Amino acid sequence: MSDPARSSIRFTLNGAEVAAQVEGSEPLTDLLRDTFGLVGTREGCGKGECGACTVLIDGLAVNACLTPAQEVEGRAVVTIEGLAGPAGRLAPIQRGFVERGGIQCGFCSPGMILAAQALLERSDAPAEEGIREALAGNLCRCTGYVQIVRSVERGAEILREERRRDV
Amino acid sequence: MSETRYLGRDAPRPDAAAKATGQAHYIHDIERPGMLHAAIKFSEHAHARILNVDTSRAERLPGVRTVISAANTPEIRVGFLRDNLALKSDKVRQFRDEVAAVAAIDPDVAAEAVSLIDVEYQPLPGVFDPREALEEDAPLVHERNADGSGRAGNLLDLTFRHDSGDIEAGRRQALHAVGGEFSTPMIQQTCMGTAGCVAEFDPSGNLTIWAKTQIPFLAQRDFNQALAAMGLKGRNARVIVPCMGGGFGTGLDTHVYEYICILLAHRSGVPVKILYDRDQEFAYLSPRQSARVRISQGCDAAGRLTYRDVDVLQDNGAYTSWGATYPSVMMLPATSLYRVPHIRFDTKIVYTNNTYCQAMRGYGNPELTWALESNLDDLAAAAGIDPFEMRLINCNEPGETTPMGLRVSSCGLRECLQGVADRLQWRERRGRSSAPGKRRGVGLASLMHVGGSGRIYRSDASGIILRLDDYANVYVYSGGVEMGQGLHSALALGVAECLGVRPEQVHINQTDTATCPWDVGTHASRGAFTALNAAHMAATRLRERLFELATEIYAGEVERSWKRYQKKHATAKRGDIDYTALAGDPQAFELAGGFLFLEQAAAEPWARIELGRFLRALHFREGRSTMLTEEAFYDPPSELPDWERGKGNMSATYAYGTQGVELEVDEETGEVRILKMVAVHDVGKVLNRQTLEGQTYGALAQGIGYALFEEVLTEGGRILNPNFTDYKIPTIEDLAFPIELDFIESDDPHGPFGAKGVGEPGLVPTAPAIGNAIWDALGVRINDLPITPEKILWALRAS
Repeated sequence: MSDPARSSIRFTLNGAEVAAQVEGSEPLTDLLRDTFGLVGTREGCGKGECGACTVLIDGLAVNACLTPAQEVEGRAVVTIEGLAGPAGRLAPIQRGFVERGGIQCGFCSPGMILAAQALLERSDAPAEEGIREALAGNLCRCTGYVQIVRSVERGAEILREERRRDV
Repeated sequence: MSETRYLGRDAPRPDAAAKATGQAHYIHDIERPGMLHAAIKFSEHAHARILNVDTSRAERLPGVRTVISAANTPEIRVGFLRDNLALKSDKVRQFRDEVAAVAAIDPDVAAEAVSLIDVEYQPLPGVFDPREALEEDAPLVHERNADGSGRAGNLLDLTFRHDSGDIEAGRRQALHAVGGEFSTPMIQQTCMGTAGCVAEFDPSGNLTIWAKTQIPFLAQRDFNQALAAMGLKGRNARVIVPCMGGGFGTGLDTHVYEYICILLAHRSGVPVKILYDRDQEFAYLSPRQSARVRISQGCDAAGRLTYRDVDVLQDNGAYTSWGATYPSVMMLPATSLYRVPHIRFDTKIVYTNNTYCQAMRGYGNPELTWALESNLDDLAAAAGIDPFEMRLINCNEPGETTPMGLRVSSCGLRECLQGVADRLQWRERRGRSSAPGKRRGVGLASLMHVGGSGRIYRSDASGIILRLDDYANVYVYSGGVEMGQGLHSALALGVAECLGVRPEQVHINQTDTATCPWDVGTHASRGAFTALNAAHMAATRLRERLFELATEIYAGEVERSWKRYQKKHATAKRGDIDYTALAGDPQAFELAGGFLFLEQAAAEPWARIELGRFLRALHFREGRSTMLTEEAFYDPPSELPDWERGKGNMSATYAYGTQGVELEVDEETGEVRILKMVAVHDVGKVLNRQTLEGQTYGALAQGIGYALFEEVLTEGGRILNPNFTDYKIPTIEDLAFPIELDFIESDDPHGPFGAKGVGEPGLVPTAPAIGNAIWDALGVRINDLPITPEKILWALRAS
């Protein structure tokens, strides 16, 4: 491309190798939502205050709205659409949120779930304090967070059960 | 309706998986072919005359399709009193006033175009304090009413007044009396999903609008009036409600941005979308009103309340939404929380040049209860009576009719008070002196609220349609709105319960005025109460029809079923039940778990006909083909009150509850640390424990934000903190303390399965419970929310 403000990037998106043209200032939120149609990445504030746009980049929870799309070159991005397993089998953390009422209006849920997923990738038995710390950047106006904490604990429990079965 | 199979348990929500996987679609995600994006030119003054609007530079910007202002569009009147215009022509009366708007190929071009619109203003003096707005020489916000009649002042012509007994006699009977003035701030609902809509016209001039609304059918009415003003009289607005991303009252009115989107779509001839970002949501969407309540209460030597005198001053802002009718709900606790023989209640609602306000969860009740329950503790202190005892002495009881004429069909307030006191270890902890430095206190407060819908409109009804298909899927069409609160869960469980199918057979359709029956809206904690009452009516009739039809075909179906069963179970023996004889009586049938059967033969597997098989048999009966759909329309047994007299049984039933808190205050910093919260609510009956707890925890969190830190700050009408950094809502770390919930099941005679509405009550008494605990800790009373550390330090210094 001749437009200097645009560049082409390659990265892994939900497990698949992809390429895209991005503008210099384009946030990752726009690339995911507009170019790839992955609208599960919600935009709640556009400036890193609410966490609704949280995605995983190389396993770490990141606000997509603050991340220039160019920065995911060569990295692995996981959105909420990439969390479920084959045939739509919900990931343990998603099952935790479904089973324990961690979801009400659902707008914060993808970001909340991915922030929790990043925590579970570090520890499959997080303490309540650790859960609260990991989700401190994700705002929810509906739940009062009690059932979100329970959902993460349940997700961790399911994950541990799965790992025991796999051993 | 007492034995339940699905209700009363802890059930995941039917919409949870879609929301957990990103498949749920919000207004943000709606795209239409050829769609343009809108942006609005807002006022740069709180009060100014518009001299000229020059849109020529915007029109020349490449990518701009349509630019509108009052000059090239018909006048569309908006709001509860129609005192707002979609596009302002004469004056701007608040910073967010809409002067012009643009539709362009993308949001960036639209925003750039708006920046190219030049508006010439003649600034006018503004008025921002409702008390000053009442002064004789105050600037007039509106010179005329919607009907053209002249206005003399800023006081709205909305009366909410109540007088019962003899207030002077009540004062004379009081041995102790305490008065006080309490205020609550403007706060933002902060739905995580911001506001927006998509408007699209068909070639005949009919409108489809995807709207973030809680009142799709009242919106249809409003939009149809707008279409008439646009020269499209007789055309229809179809309102479709996508996933809401939170409501909390923001969807109780139609909004100016919606009318602008409609005007742009009509003029452009293609679909147009408008979406607020977070800053715009804060700055341009109506917050909750600020209110100032002057209250005085008195009691006799035994602690019995003798009178209550209440004056409310409400800042309306520049225009009038449904939220202006907050006093209709304030009147409930003012007249009917605890037993008071002599009551006076009056309200002033005042125009100012502040941002105009709208409904939020609780609808006036948190404002009034903040004053009432704080003042009641002050009265208890003056009388030397324990505040918990004081509330028991004056407690409401089932069967009473209150001075407002509210008929209390069930009431668990005494149990709520006792439950909170027990969990707080009230007698051991209340009034206990604590060491200087960090002082501990406990406090409690109660509430009453509408629990059986709240009649503020001519019809307070909810319709429902239940449609069965060939596979025993039950499609539910409800005009109620799922905004996160769990209506769809209540509907799925409730319809399964009423009809006799499994919850997973029940599918709740998207709310759409073209397919769903009329519903006044999802507010007043009414969704589950009215929708399930309607569902029960429809399901009962559907069962009756199924059983009538079963008399015709059941015997034949059992014979076929027996043959299938025999193939698999060669040794099976058939009892001597005479199916043909029994099947002649429709009352002999039962439908449960998705199977239709004769009750007498319930134990015989072949006699249980899977509902889908039964429905297919009905559908494909030669010459008598039948498919089943049933509808019901439920309007609760309540009265539209006479607001000038303050009388009328506004709701079919009333919800009660008590919340308590134990906290610690740092005397050096004024910081409040909550150690424990307790909430015990009379919910009539638990429908889904998981969503009920979720609603209550969530409301408590909003109540805590209201109590301790939330406030929309303004200066000269301009909002100073339009973002989550400067406007703090509770985070997960702010709420890291135990919250204990308990529910009293008072089994209301009007409630579906005995249930009452629960959506709003959870945030109503939170702030006064916290304020009362701070009083217990420090001996100081904070009268103005939010209770910030600065206010505590100030009060400590003053004491």
